[in-house]
Amino acid sequence: MEASGETTTERSTRSRPGSSSGNGAPTTNGLALLELVDLSVHYGAVVALDEVSLAVRKGEIVAVMGPNGAGKSTVLKAIMGLAPVVVGNVYWRQELLAAATHEIVKEGIAFVPQGRRVFTHLTIEENLEMGCLYLNDKAERARRMSSIMELFPILNQKRRDLASQMSGGQQQMLALGRGLMADPEVLLLDEPTLGLSPKVVKEVFRKVSEINERLSTTIFVVEHNIKGVLDIVDRAYVLDMGRVVHDGTPHSVRETDILTQVFLGKASER
Amino acid sequence: MLPDSHAYRELGRLARNPREFFRSSKGSVELWVNLLVITWALAFMLWQGAGFAITVATIFAIWAILAVSLNLVVGFTGLLSVGHIGFFGIGAYATAILTSDPAYEQLRTEAIPTFGWPFFAALPISIVLAGLVALVVGVVFNRFRDDIFVLVSFGFAIIAFSVFLNWRGLTRGAFGIHEIGKPQLGGWVLDSETEFLALALFFLALAVLISWLIVSSSFGRVLTAIREDEKAIEVFGYRVVHYKLAVWVISAMMAGLAGGLFSSWTSFIDPNSFILLESILLISIVILGGLATIWGSLLGAMAFVLLEEGMRFLPFLPNEFIGQARQIVLGILLVLLMLFRPQGLVGRYKL
Repeated sequence: MEASGETTTERSTRSRPGSSSGNGAPTTNGLALLELVDLSVHYGAVVALDEVSLAVRKGEIVAVMGPNGAGKSTVLKAIMGLAPVVVGNVYWRQELLAAATHEIVKEGIAFVPQGRRVFTHLTIEENLEMGCLYLNDKAERARRMSSIMELFPILNQKRRDLASQMSGGQQQMLALGRGLMADPEVLLLDEPTLGLSPKVVKEVFRKVSEINERLSTTIFVVEHNIKGVLDIVDRAYVLDMGRVVHDGTPHSVRETDILTQVFLGKASER
Repeated sequence: MLPDSHAYRELGRLARNPREFFRSSKGSVELWVNLLVITWALAFMLWQGAGFAITVATIFAIWAILAVSLNLVVGFTGLLSVGHIGFFGIGAYATAILTSDPAYEQLRTEAIPTFGWPFFAALPISIVLAGLVALVVGVVFNRFRDDIFVLVSFGFAIIAFSVFLNWRGLTRGAFGIHEIGKPQLGGWVLDSETEFLALALFFLALAVLISWLIVSSSFGRVLTAIREDEKAIEVFGYRVVHYKLAVWVISAMMAGLAGGLFSSWTSFIDPNSFILLESILLISIVILGGLATIWGSLLGAMAFVLLEEGMRFLPFLPNEFIGQARQIVLGILLVLLMLFRPQGLVGRYKL
């Protein structure tokens, strides 16, 4: 699925009558930073998400896993206001997130889209700047740039090169850096290891972990690469056919045979 | 100096170490292209003498303003508009109607409203009017992109032409408007060719300066990002439609300026100057010069005008064929260019 939709979709602010979570209100008693409550997304007749509820607490790394078409990317799109939400709500710091797509980054939620989507005709520096060019404060932009350069030495080395001259892994680092330029509280990562070699995948996961530790950025990652991502996350949700079929610690995910089931297409029969 | 062109850096390399420069041919194509077009222009001037050279230079200045303005939309933002000639026409007609001589107009049978304004009062109004129309049109066009955008901009060019042709109470349709006012500064009327050339070049310099300020600002950076990945840019906190609308209006205002200059320069306009073909030629100039380079647009306009005007004198063609032959040559040139140098003379991006 693409990283963004055709249009910015107005979120439904209606809550579902008789919903299990009490009229679509946040459920985690003030613990969750970002929370989806009973969210359903339909693309025409196709149900992409069916009453999905999940929560991300401050400082966590949380993954959403599942096979192709499970609705993983739609979760992030729904948060960014890029998916047609039928019912349900997204809560940000316990309040209804109703900002338009282009305002969300200013709320403290940065999105790193699938396929990296770096601007190939701009230099590394210019790409990074795009992450916070909406700030008028030049000094602040420069401060953020230098801290990102410190975090990603490879970007610093190539700062004046065009992004098109970088490898896939380096472009992914650039995409991460660009997201971090907004100094977000939570970073949404859509398939950050897609199309990368196993060695580079490891590096990306290590970097994600480092970002979480050093900058205490909360990370919400959608990932198909189960093995790698389970090593770094605090909790994981398993999605199948638009529904959450399991949530818990990486250990609990490994314990059950849920992943085998969803990837072999049996979970929905449960 | 125009920092967006590699040519200057290449020239610097040549000056520092000629031997090394000629050994490494990489990138020097641009320098040769620059030298070729400029030498050609100088040779043409010497050959034709000052009188005609001044006329050609004025035509160049007007086309160059149009090309530079269109490049903001097509090259820097990635919106392939073939409707730019409409804004040129709006500027031209606004200046024509506002400045045409009332005494002369009263002698005509088909009356159009006359104002007899001075040129420098009419020009800003023409620019603003082109901008206002662009704003209204742009709000609608913002919904479209890629091929559909090309089609709707095509539609705009057709509509604009139809209005110029058929709103006879305002434009006198196919009969055109005569006696369009010349620029006047105090008591000084800029009616000689040289004076007008100076004025046109002044406005060209202004258009280049404004374009340069835009593309080197953070606003310009966002435009480039829109060209590359319009969908991704929204999540970084930019309202894409506002940026597209802003550059569209600015570009249309520059085209309106070119239109005002054009109508005052020719002192007669009719709808034939604003047909779709002119828009296609304009797009060709932008592509010929190179997308997303201001210098390229200047060079493209120069090469185009030299071809267009220079071919009047092709000795081996009978007079009656020359008109048609020019367009054939231009067409062939564009095909060759797309085959062998799709990024244009000095550009870096392909369409």
